[in-house]
Amino acid sequence: MNKDGVSGAVVEGASVQGTGLIKGASIEGVPVESLLMMVLLTLLAVITIAIVRQRNMFGVVMLASIYSFLMASVMMVLDAVDVAMTEASVGAGISTVILLATLHLTKSVEYPQVRGVIIPIFVSVVVGAALIWGTMSLPPFGIVDAPVHMHTAPTYLAASRDHLAPPNMVTSVLADYRSFDTLGETAVIFTAGIGVLMLLKGRRRKMLGESEGQGDRGGEA
Amino acid sequence: MDQLKVFVTHYNYFITIFLMVAGLYIVIARGNMIKKLIGLSLFQTSVYLLYLSAGKIVGGTAPIYDPAFKFYSNPLPHVLILTAIVVGVSTFALGLALVVRIHEAYGTVEEDEIFAKDDGA
Amino acid sequence: MKLDVILRVGTKLVLPFILLFAFYVQFHGDYGPGGGFQAGVIAAGMVILYAIIFGLKAAQRVIPQELVQVMIPLGVLVYAGTGVVSMLLGYKFLEYTGFAQKFLTAHEWGILFVELGVFITVSGTMSAMFYAFVGRGR
Repeated sequence: MNKDGVSGAVVEGASVQGTGLIKGASIEGVPVESLLMMVLLTLLAVITIAIVRQRNMFGVVMLASIYSFLMASVMMVLDAVDVAMTEASVGAGISTVILLATLHLTKSVEYPQVRGVIIPIFVSVVVGAALIWGTMSLPPFGIVDAPVHMHTAPTYLAASRDHLAPPNMVTSVLADYRSFDTLGETAVIFTAGIGVLMLLKGRRRKMLGESEGQGDRGGEA
Repeated sequence: MDQLKVFVTHYNYFITIFLMVAGLYIVIARGNMIKKLIGLSLFQTSVYLLYLSAGKIVGGTAPIYDPAFKFYSNPLPHVLILTAIVVGVSTFALGLALVVRIHEAYGTVEEDEIFAKDDGA
Repeated sequence: MKLDVILRVGTKLVLPFILLFAFYVQFHGDYGPGGGFQAGVIAAGMVILYAIIFGLKAAQRVIPQELVQVMIPLGVLVYAGTGVVSMLLGYKFLEYTGFAQKFLTAHEWGILFVELGVFITVSGTMSAMFYAFVGRGR
């Protein structure tokens, strides 16, 4: 059933006109990668439910790390190799380490269930329903003539083909076509970095619960 | 058959929405600030998935040019998400640094206890 | 900090290859998956692995805290400086065409410098963040 549905979504044997891609070529539908991705996405949803329900914070951090690796696998299947590499090293590496350091600093192990769940579930269901309603008009997944492929992507591909840009289109877009963007992102990373240093580099003060030998809590931000 | 087809071809978007809503639920329903930040990063990750799903061509390949291939996924979402991930982890660390400072000031990271201490002080 | 001897020796064996992989990802970014962001994070991962196995003090002897803190603004400076140099050559900000005779070569030089700036900032920020979080606990 899956096989039929997915290959039906691809314009089978049709020549792609007006996309700027190589004309006259055809795609044979490859349902295997769609099937693989559906399995990975289902696993992702299961891990998400586990994150929501888990109350032990160490468990949550480990599940978040597993989530990042699964997400990197999904990105791999979605052909985003650069992004998959970043997600695997950032999501599963750096953010797990920083989360564990925070758990060590805050000694937050387990938290009680104190809040009502009716309102959050209501809000979530309403938002989810609205988003699903909005999703129905999106083009089917993976088709070659979706509007998103019509505009700038053929330019990047043509530049790489004609040896005006490096073969890796992601690098050429990141550092050449959109280098202003990347400069801004680098500035954001710089700002976040000095923000963390300003927050954490100062002298450590006594906690509220401990005996206050220094008594300088009034200055805390 | 038609509805099954819609379900299969929009499965990515449904999972994206599920992840986004789960992140939203964590942010609203959980009082622990670290868990709230993890919920925010779930929310953020679902946006990555949305962008990358839109850029994918089934049967295409990664956007690295080689004469042997004819169809490539759209490189533009990849660029946007690539920078978003690294910026996301930087801001996530900034949020965790704030949580550490809040813990040093209040001795807890539970939102309700912090409010109670503020009211009592 | 005395951990298992296998961990310590194994880490020492693996560390140079992690750094080598980071540089491969950095400089091969034009032809394969990779670039400054990924390479920076991988290089920071090397610092973190060393600090986890040998302790924060030992890691800060190898890669001093002052160095990573200087790297945070230095990368942005390298990036913006590339743009200023391209302006001095008579082109627009961050237009690399003036860097060499051939169009593709010029743009590859520009991408190289820009990615170098990204690498410096990202690896410096990630290492400095790790040092700040772990150093807070002592």
